[in-house]
Order: sequence, then C-alpha cells, then structure tokens
Amino acid sequence: MKPALLVLRSGRVFRGEALGAEGEAWGEVIFNTAMSGYQEILTDPSYRGQIVAMTYPLIGNYGLNDEDVESRRPWVNGFVVKEAARVPSSWRGRVSLDEYLTAHGVVGIEGIDTRALTRHLRDRGVEDGLISSGDLDEARLREKARALPGLVGRDLVSEVTTDARFTWTQGAWDPARGYAPAAAPSCRVVAYDAGIKLNILRQMTSLGCEVTVVPASTPAEEVLAMKPDGIFLSNGPGDPEAVPYLVDSVRRCLGRVPVFGICLGHQIMGLAAGGRTYKLPFGHHGANHPVKDLATGHVEITAQNHGFAVDPASVARAGWAPTHVNLNDGTCEGMSSPDLAAFSVQYHPEASPGPHDASYLFHRFLDLMGKTTAVTKGG
Amino acid sequence: MPKRTDIQKILLIGSGPIVIGQACEFDYSGTQACKALREEGFEVVLVNSNPATIMTDPEMADRTYIEPLTPEVVAQIIARERPQALLPTLGGQTGLNLAVALAEDGTLERFGVELIGAKLPAIQTAEDRSLFKACMESIGLELPRSGLAHSVEEAQAIVATTGFPAILRPSFTLGGMGGSIARRPADFDAAARWALAQSPVGAVLIEESVLGWKEFELEVMRDLADNVVIICSIENFDPMGVHTGDSITVAPAQTLSDKEYQRMRDAAVAIIRAIGVETGGSNIQFAVEPTTGRMVVIEMNPRVSRSSALASKATGFPIAKIAAKLAVGYTLDELRNDITRETPASFEPTLDYCVVKMPRWAFEKFPEADRTLTTQMKSVGEAMAIGRTFKEALQKVIRSLEEDRWGLTLDRSVDEAELERLLGVPTPERLFAVAEACRAGWSVARVHEMTAIDPWFLAQIADLVAFEPEIARRALADRAVLRRAKQWGFADRRIAQLTGTTEGTVRQTRLGDGIRAVFKTVDTCAAEFVAHTPYLYSTYEEEDEAPPTARRKVVILGSGPNRIGQGIEFDYCCVHAAFALREAGVEAIMVNCNPETVSTDYDTSDRLYFEPLTFEDVLNIVEKEQPLGVVVQFGGQTPLKLAVPLQEAGVPILGTSPDAIDRAEDRKRFSALLDDLGLCQAPGETVRSLEQARGVAAQLGYPVLVRPSYVLGGRAMQIVHDDQDLVQFVAEAIAAAPDHPLLIDKFLEDALEVDVDAVSDGATVVVGGVMEHIEKAGIHSGDAACALPPYSLGEDQIRALRAQTHALARALGVVGLINVQFAIRNDRIYVLEVNPRASRTVPFVSKAIGLPLAKLATRALLGEPVAPYAAFETREVPHIAVKEAVFPFIKFPGVDAVLGPEMKSTGEVMGIDPDFRKAYLKSQIASGSILPTAGKIFVSVKNRDKRVVASLARRAADMGFGLVATAGTARVLERHGMSVELIAKIADAAGLNVIDLMQHGEIALVFNTPEDGRARKDSAMIRRTAVSQAIPYYLTIDGMQAALGAIEALLKGESSVRSLQEYHRGA
Repeated sequence: MKPALLVLRSGRVFRGEALGAEGEAWGEVIFNTAMSGYQEILTDPSYRGQIVAMTYPLIGNYGLNDEDVESRRPWVNGFVVKEAARVPSSWRGRVSLDEYLTAHGVVGIEGIDTRALTRHLRDRGVEDGLISSGDLDEARLREKARALPGLVGRDLVSEVTTDARFTWTQGAWDPARGYAPAAAPSCRVVAYDAGIKLNILRQMTSLGCEVTVVPASTPAEEVLAMKPDGIFLSNGPGDPEAVPYLVDSVRRCLGRVPVFGICLGHQIMGLAAGGRTYKLPFGHHGANHPVKDLATGHVEITAQNHGFAVDPASVARAGWAPTHVNLNDGTCEGMSSPDLAAFSVQYHPEASPGPHDASYLFHRFLDLMGKTTAVTKGG
Repeated sequence: MPKRTDIQKILLIGSGPIVIGQACEFDYSGTQACKALREEGFEVVLVNSNPATIMTDPEMADRTYIEPLTPEVVAQIIARERPQALLPTLGGQTGLNLAVALAEDGTLERFGVELIGAKLPAIQTAEDRSLFKACMESIGLELPRSGLAHSVEEAQAIVATTGFPAILRPSFTLGGMGGSIARRPADFDAAARWALAQSPVGAVLIEESVLGWKEFELEVMRDLADNVVIICSIENFDPMGVHTGDSITVAPAQTLSDKEYQRMRDAAVAIIRAIGVETGGSNIQFAVEPTTGRMVVIEMNPRVSRSSALASKATGFPIAKIAAKLAVGYTLDELRNDITRETPASFEPTLDYCVVKMPRWAFEKFPEADRTLTTQMKSVGEAMAIGRTFKEALQKVIRSLEEDRWGLTLDRSVDEAELERLLGVPTPERLFAVAEACRAGWSVARVHEMTAIDPWFLAQIADLVAFEPEIARRALADRAVLRRAKQWGFADRRIAQLTGTTEGTVRQTRLGDGIRAVFKTVDTCAAEFVAHTPYLYSTYEEEDEAPPTARRKVVILGSGPNRIGQGIEFDYCCVHAAFALREAGVEAIMVNCNPETVSTDYDTSDRLYFEPLTFEDVLNIVEKEQPLGVVVQFGGQTPLKLAVPLQEAGVPILGTSPDAIDRAEDRKRFSALLDDLGLCQAPGETVRSLEQARGVAAQLGYPVLVRPSYVLGGRAMQIVHDDQDLVQFVAEAIAAAPDHPLLIDKFLEDALEVDVDAVSDGATVVVGGVMEHIEKAGIHSGDAACALPPYSLGEDQIRALRAQTHALARALGVVGLINVQFAIRNDRIYVLEVNPRASRTVPFVSKAIGLPLAKLATRALLGEPVAPYAAFETREVPHIAVKEAVFPFIKFPGVDAVLGPEMKSTGEVMGIDPDFRKAYLKSQIASGSILPTAGKIFVSVKNRDKRVVASLARRAADMGFGLVATAGTARVLERHGMSVELIAKIADAAGLNVIDLMQHGEIALVFNTPEDGRARKDSAMIRRTAVSQAIPYYLTIDGMQAALGAIEALLKGESSVRSLQEYHRGA
C-alpha cells in the first residue's frame, strides 16, 4: 500500500494510503454525512473544486455501476474515505471504488481518521487542502497548502457547464427496468446548466417536461426566444457571486416565464432579486437535513450540498418570501415570489443521493407552468 | 402541536418476564417512556409482572402494579385507576396483545380509555397477516407469495402454489414462536400442525421461500403531523431464513446503493402511513433478492421492538423516549435531539462507525435441543459492538459475548465434509465456520454458494483471516502490522494466541509502540454538530475526543449479554449503582455491551462506554479515566471474573475484596471459614479427576451434588445418584470449567432451602430479605419459587439465618452486597454457598420490602454506613411476595422440562398479596400457568412421594377435581379411598394413554414428580406435552401443595390488585 497525505491549509496533516489515481490534488476540503450514494456524489458537478471526505467510514461496498451517475464523469477534486471496499458486492456494481477513481484520474486517500478531520472542519470551518501520494515531504506540502486560493470568487461553473445545448430524454429510475423513457411531453422547459445533476432532468422528464439544457453563459434573450413554459436554474459548484453573467440572465428572465431554481440556482435567484449570499462555516453536505415547509408545517428530510446560502432578509424588499427553513441551523432553504411566478430551494428535491421527501417541488413547478399533476406524498 | 392537555393519567403495560424473544429491551423502552411522560407532567400507572426491571422501581411511576399481565387483572387496574389513555406500543408483543384484548373486549371503551400511539385498526392491520398483505398490495408493495391457512388441509392447498421450501408463520406470536421452514413435502404437515397449535388464533401463513435473500430492517418514526423519519437501517449478516433475533446484524445497511436504499425508505414511509401507526416507532423488515434486487416486505411491528432498542443504541436516538412524547401530542420538530441539544429530533441519524450485534445462545443448558437456526428465535441474549469498521466491530462483538472466544476461531478441527455441513445449515457456529473455510483457502464465491451470506461480509472475514499469518510473523516486531491488527479489532489475547505469547506481552509491546485505544462519541450526526453526551466507544485512530473530567469518579462494570443465570437482575443492580453514585455527586461511568439494557442508555450514567467486558477493554478505560475504583459486585460473574486480573494490574476494586470472593469460592478456604465461625456445611471434597470423584462419592454416599467452581447459574451442576451418572456428569463439569477444580458434596435430600440477601458496610450488616424456597433443595435457586417473608419458617430459625449471615459477612469483610444460600434439614442449618456480590434476587427483595439494596450497597462502597437501615431487618411486612421462574422449554421441543441444580429459567415474575396463597396464585398466573378450578388432574409420582401424594390428591378431589393416574399411583390413591381414572402407561401400546388425553384437552393439571437420574426419561414425554399444550404442571410435592392452595384461593373468591407504593406505605 502506497502512503499518501492529506495536508490542510492550516497545517494539519493526516497520514493514510493512496486511493485511486496517484499524484496530487487540491481543493476545498468538505465532509459529506450521507451513508450511501458515493457514486452520485463523485459525479455531482457541484463538487467541482472540492475534496470530499465521506464521514461514513466504509465506502465502495456496493461498487460503482453505469447507472448511478449524476453527470458524464466524476468532478470531485479529491476523495477521502476511512476504508474503501476492495471487493464490492451488488447485482449492479461493476467496479471497485479504487478502480473507478483510478480510471477517472481522481486522486484519493484512505485510512485516515475521517472523524478527526470532520471535527476539525466543523470547529474551524472548511479550508483548502491537498492530497498527495507522490511527494510526501510534509514541509513542502504545508507550504503549498498555505498558498491555495480558496473557493470564494472563482467561477467553477464554466468548468462544468455543457458546451452545447441538448435535449434530455431519460426518465426516472426503476430497479427492474433502469431508466424509463421520457413521458409524453406536455410542456417545455429550458434548464440553465451550471453543473446540473441528471436526476433533476430525469424527474422533470418523467413528469412530462421536454427539457432543453443550455450552457450557463446562454443569454436570456436566447432562452426566452425558445418560448419555454418555464425556466430551470440548476445546481452547480462554488460561489454564486463568481457567475455574474448567469445572475444577469436570470434577472432578465424573471417575470417573463415561471422560474424554478435548485441549490446554486437558488442562490443565483437570490442575487438576481438583489439579495445577498454568504458562505457557511462548513456548509451542508448530506442526506439527513430537516427542512420545514413553512406553508404546511411539514418536515422533509432532505439531500443537501451547498457551502453558500441566501440571506432571506436581503430579498424581502424585492417581494420574495421564505418558504422553507433548515431546522438544524435556521438557514433559508427556500423562497418564492408569487408576483414573478418564481421559486427556489437551497436543497435537492431530486435527491440522488438522498431521500425523496421533496419531490413534490417538481410538481409545484409544473403547477406554476399551468400543468397540474397529481402529487404523491413523500416520494 | 404542543402536548395534549385533555389527558392526565396514562397506563403503561410492560412486557412481563424475560423470555426468549422478549428481554430487557422492553425495560429499557418502558423506563424511557415512564421518565418521558412524567417529565411532561403526566401521571403514569405502570403494570408489569417482572420485579427485576427498573421500570417497576416505585420511583419510576406514580402507581406501580407488579401484577399478572392478563386482561382481567389489567381491567381491574383500569377500574381502580381510571387512566384516560393507554400507551400500548412500548411493552413488546405482550403489552400490545394485552391492549388489543382490552380494546376488543370493550374494557377500554367502558372505562373511557383511549389507545394512544397506535389505534386498534392499525395494530390489527399490522399483526393480522391477511389484512397486512391486502394493505401492502393497496400501496403497490410486494410480499412473498403466500396464503393464510386455518387448517392443515388449507395449508396443503396453499403450499401447492407457493412451493418448497415453504415458510410457516403463525399469527400473533412473539419471537417467531411456532414458525418453521418445511424444506420437503414430507416435513410439511407436522410443521403446519405445530404452527396452528402455537397461534392463539389458530392461523398460519404459508409463504414462498425467500431463503437466502438479503435481509434488511428499517426503524421508522412518525408523529401526529405525519412527519416520518427513518432512525436506522439494519442489514442482516445471516440472510433470510434465520430469525433476526438469531442473526448477526449490522447497522447501517452495508450493501445497498442509494437508489436501492431510498426505494426501501420510500416503502417504509408508505407502510407506516398505510398501516396507520399514528405516532412512535415501528420496525419494518424487507428481503431483497440478491441477483435481481427484487424487494419484498416481510413484516412490520407497529411498536417499539428489540430492533428499536438496538437502533437506539446504534444511533444515539432514544426511540422509546421520543415515541412516548409523540404519543402525547408533540411533533418531531418540537423535540430536541438530546445529544446535540441544538438540533431537533426531526432528522435521520447518520453514523460514522459500524455496529455489529451478535446473539448469544444457551444451548449448553439444553443439550438435546436442535441448534439449527430457523425463523423461531432461540437466542437468550445479545451483545453489540461499535467500531470504525465492520472488521473492528465484528471482532469486538465476538469477545463481547464472553464465550472465551477471542477471534474468528472455530475451536475444534473439522474435516471438509463437516465444514460443508456447518456452512450449509445455520447454527451458532456458522460465522466461525466461514472463517475456518477462508483459512482452508475456500473462495468467497464457494462460501457464498453454501451460505448465501453476502460476498461483502465474506470478503471482510477473508481479509481478517488472511491477515492472521502476517500477525503471527511480524506483529510483535513491526509496529505497522500491530497497529493494523488493532485497527481491525484483533484482541490482545488473539494476537497473543497467534504470536505464541501472552496477552500482557502484547499489551506492553503495543503501549510501548504508542498504539493505544482512543475513544469516539456516538452522536447521531457523524460529528456535524457538537455532542453533549459522552456515549463512547473505543477504536484505534488518531484522535481521542473524550478527555476525562476532573471529577471523582467510579467505573461500574456491567453484566454483558443476557444469558441464563445472568440477566436483567444484574443490569438492575448496575443501574442502581449508577443512580446512587450520581446522587452522591460521584461521576458514574458505565461499561457494558448489551444493547437491550437500561444500563446502556446514555441517560443512566454520566459516561457510557459501550465496550466489551474483557480485561483488555476495561483496562483501556480505567487507565484513561483513573477512577477512585471499579465496582465489580453488581454485574454478576462477568465483572467478578475480571476482579483479580484488574487488581493485579493495580486497579482499585471498590467494596468486598477479590480475596474475600476467592475465600467464598475456594472450597478449602471456605470450609475453614465455616469451621472458624462454627457453621455447618454439607460434607464434601474438592476433586480434579474422575478417579478422585469416585472415591469421594463412595465415601459420602449417594446422592451427591457435583459442581464446577467459579460458575454462575449452576452451570453443569448435577445431583448424582449412582456411579454411572457420576462418570458422565464429572466429564461435563470438567468441560464447563476446565481450569478450576470440581466440588463434590453430600446432597441434602428433603432439605428446605433459603436465600438471604444482605448489605454490609464492613461493620454493620443489614439483612434485606430471607426467602424461603417453595421447592425443596435440589432445584437451582434461580429456578425455584420462593416466598418473602418465609411462609413456614419459625421466628427462631429466621433469627439464626440472619445471625449466620451477619457472621459470614463480617468474617469475609463484605462491603456491599452478600447473598447466602442455606439448607435446613432436621432443624439444622447448613450453609450451601456464599456469594459476596449482588444476587439475582436483589431486585425482588428490594421491591418486596421497599428498600433499594443495590443503592444502599453502592453508598456503602463510598463509605456511607448502613446502620440507619438496620430496622428494615426485623420490620414486619403485612404482605408476602412470591417469586416464580419462567422457562424457555416451549422454544425447545424435545427438551425435558425437568428442573435440577443447573439453572434453566430465563426470567421471573412476582406475585404480591397479603395472603400467601393469593400471592402464589398471582405468581403462577404471571408466569403463564393458568391454574384450573375444575377438570382432571393427572397424578404420577415417584415411589418416594407416593405416601405424601395421597393427602394432596384427597385435597384436590375434595375441591372437585377428577384424578387420573397410571397403575402404580392409582393403586396408592385407591387404597386411600379415592376413585381414580386408570390410564395406560405410555409404553403400553394398547388404548389411550395420558399423552392422548393431554392432547385432547382432557387434562387440566399435571402433578408429576420425575424419578431420579436416568429413570426420569420415561416420563419426559408427559412434561413435554404439558409444555406444548400449555397445561399447568408441577414437578415437586411442594409445588403441588402451593398450587392447590392457590386453587383454593381462586375458588374462594375475589382477587385484588394493589400498587407497590401502597404496599410500601403499609409496611
């Protein structure tokens, strides 16, 4: 087993063993508390720029397959686990975590005290770090880590967005049949791809949306010219303030057609409404966060993955009201503007990974576009 | 929603005695519920027949009834107390069934009692297989193909469509009672008949086999606002076919992808809503076909279950406590997560460790029992371990079981054919056979083929086994190897075995290398939030996150997994010790590994270490905590075994010294002690070989009592009547405790037996209770019924017993608890044994007299005098309490229900009343012996008893009972002028025999005293049939006498109920 190091910007060093591709990788080190769904996490473009540490210690147990992907490739800058399964077991699993990471050139580390790392990040806030399995000179690596640039202000969306527009055709997953073909379309949606998770597309498609995905830099006029019934703003990596072009486009779309945003899309919406976003100390990354729907009082268990948040007071002037609140820390999880026929959530109703409690939000989007659907509760 | 204000008084029903399938997990849930409801200002009325529970402590509820758990008795309590609500979901299947009975017979409606938590239709839908199936189909979920049969014929028709192997699940039974797997058509009819007989409603579900499928459980909670959360997922190491209580289980689920897990989660959420469980926890089981992922629902428990207790301990989420609060109207988001304090209870715990639970069986007590694991639970206890990896948790749980196994070892050599057999049929040895197969080089694929155990688990075991040679070669020389071994959970002792050295050397080597255990917190949230409750486990990682406090502190060693002879009674004592320490301002540190218990609730102590109770693991904690001392006297044999090694390692033992324990246990030293004190003992000798045993037996004269030293629960103890038996039993006794000598004593026939529990501070001794056994000497005190105060002893005898106890306690320097067993024969008192530690009867005595002995003992350990309580010793109590044992024979068809000096009972009940006969009656009803008031009694006694049985039979006949007997006994009864229905012996083929009569329901009561020794096998069938047909039976003359007294009381009149608080006030 080849040794590897994880070195944090603050100078703390964790010694473990190399996992996946060898070499060096750097990024903002965050922790994710979901116990399953590592393949979805690896392939979620929102993790661009980040080294993801899984708090659940046993990762790779059911292998990786061709289905459980949220985009065309893994995006994480690095991957940290306590113990990677050498022999995965599942009727769907094809390759082991190590094989997958190696094949995709993702640098990882295993065998470190991931709980100590998590406590460090929780107590001191997330920070940049690097994984190295070639160079093991701690002093040099510490110095390198000190020079890392951080996530704030960097446009990571441009690294993950699609180059060209395309139409999505795959529906929701079913264990017996895999992904269903698209339902007969009843409305047209244009989705801004800031790093969109495929399950968002699958959810909308299975409800009868014909979804055209466009690059994040597409001007509003081009999108509006497509005469969509609604516009969708996707999740994506990094700092919302670093993508002013997208904020600008959204501002020009709001009020013209119904708009629904998720995660980064929610933050973009907040900025477009003239509000403020801020960085959380260690973000929300997991599948167990309680969110209250302020309209019904109902609590949803949600999938979350964000490091920034919208200050709800900052958008109140523009007529946006909070709709959902995080019960752990009281942060804003959703907002809407009835006047603009727009709403957004900070968390992930498409789940994948995570619970399906919030899938009703896609129905709400269809309602907003004038397409009534039957909502099945809780997934 | 805030809590309800329209109800003030709530009735809670406990789960009764500990039986297989229902153990202390319901004391844990009930205790949590009591605390939660009283915290909210509700008045709690509690009923439970089990005195060994924390929940029945008089401080836990406003009114505590230790009364039989029957609809009639609970109805009486309802009439007396008039609660507005009944919370039925926290008392196991017993509590739930009782609530259903009271709802169905109209009692609840008559007294205006509302079922909260789960309403009757929800319970019925979850419990009735056909309603459940229809409900699942209505929400689009699949069950295994099946049909419900009410007769063997119907069952045959169904199995024709579902195929073999066929699964049989009787309706409304607990622990899978009566369930089985018929692999071939030839086995089917008998299995169906058994299942139908066991079901209280005479119904059995015949099911498509999902044997070998992956098995999962989800613990689900719902509140009145329809919020639903999953607390924990559990994956079974043993695939479908083995009852989950008998399975090794792992939390969280290991081999489900998120898509597959979420599909299961969606199903669980849909199920709890469709069934309509309003609030609280439910447990839902699923099976997944390993090659296709097809998922079927197996069953749902609409209540808190054994798995809920496991899930609570595995996650830190107190399911029962939250369930109680939801039942009175709160919603999940209104309740706080105790551990983080800042975040709400409306979330799903996430783990950053792996939890493995492993069952503990008691087959050594029932050698004739079939050890095959099936859908009917057979284990008596369990241990749980927490590690950062599955490997670590698995190895920790193996040593937590205290079976003198320190790793994945089979402990006997087997050939290939035997190994194949061990892999093919699930038994308690299968896990170790898997390891053995890996050692023999069998591939994961081959082992999977034979066991259907998921390859992921098998690969983990293969990794561990493959590392053993590396350990053997290099662990002591290479720090990296030793560190990995520790990270993978290898015990020092196992490393010592592999490297051919001692545990001490391994410990020294690794400490020298700086490899020491660190402790991490169970915090529900994978460290996302700060934890405020020190609920800890050890691992070998970088960071120790739980520095000790600067307070004065004491470590209490718990009692580990439940087993026969060591169960909830000892957990009760440990919990009391923790309470007493906290009251005294001393930090209470608990160490235990039993997930069912109150002691492993993080609320019970100041700090909880969920760790194996081995020398290594305990010393790790002690070295870190540096306590004032360690308490070993409350947890039974488990901590006692550690006393000497810990003391030798420099750890202060609080209270009675390990040397005093040795003095009481070592035959020679003990005899010398008795001689010094002028006390009597049955003559006997210590032997180390069969040769010596023969000589001693000949010299003493048969019968003799053979027993190993240093065992609990009378393990391998036997009364031996001749040379031939001696050979067999001496061999067994040597096998049971190979390092210790055997004791051979003259057996005191027809002696009365008495148990005394006392507490001492070193100067003053206070006797808490003198308990007279109902049965004569020869039956283990844990199995014998007993009465407190004594019902036949004279005042002078009681005084003498007290005086002897005082003398023994003083001479041994007892500080804390002491238990002495005496025999009285021809007015002479013999000391049978002295146990300078907590005994099984401590909770019973405490409840009976209203004095918490274990707390007093704990205070004595801290130096407080017991003299202020001296008056309790002679205080007259105006009531009498009877303890009766409860046996697991119904789970082991083929095992003789006969009793002897080796303990067989799993639990106990208490009957309390001003009238001894009524107290005894209550104890019988509570233990499941529903005494008849009319019908026929079958009488069959050994020759020695024929004279006394005549007067008993006369009494029964006078009460109106018919008498049935075989020739020998009949002749005696007829000579005494009674008319007897003569019946053929079983051996005589012609005509109806007693078994036929019993099976046809024509015998209401069985009086049978078995012959001594081998001859008793002849009447075993009678006892087995009584057990399977639930016919009350008595196997001693003393038991028969007491039973007849109880029947007289039953015939004469009204029974009454009274709360413990009233009894204690009246005392």
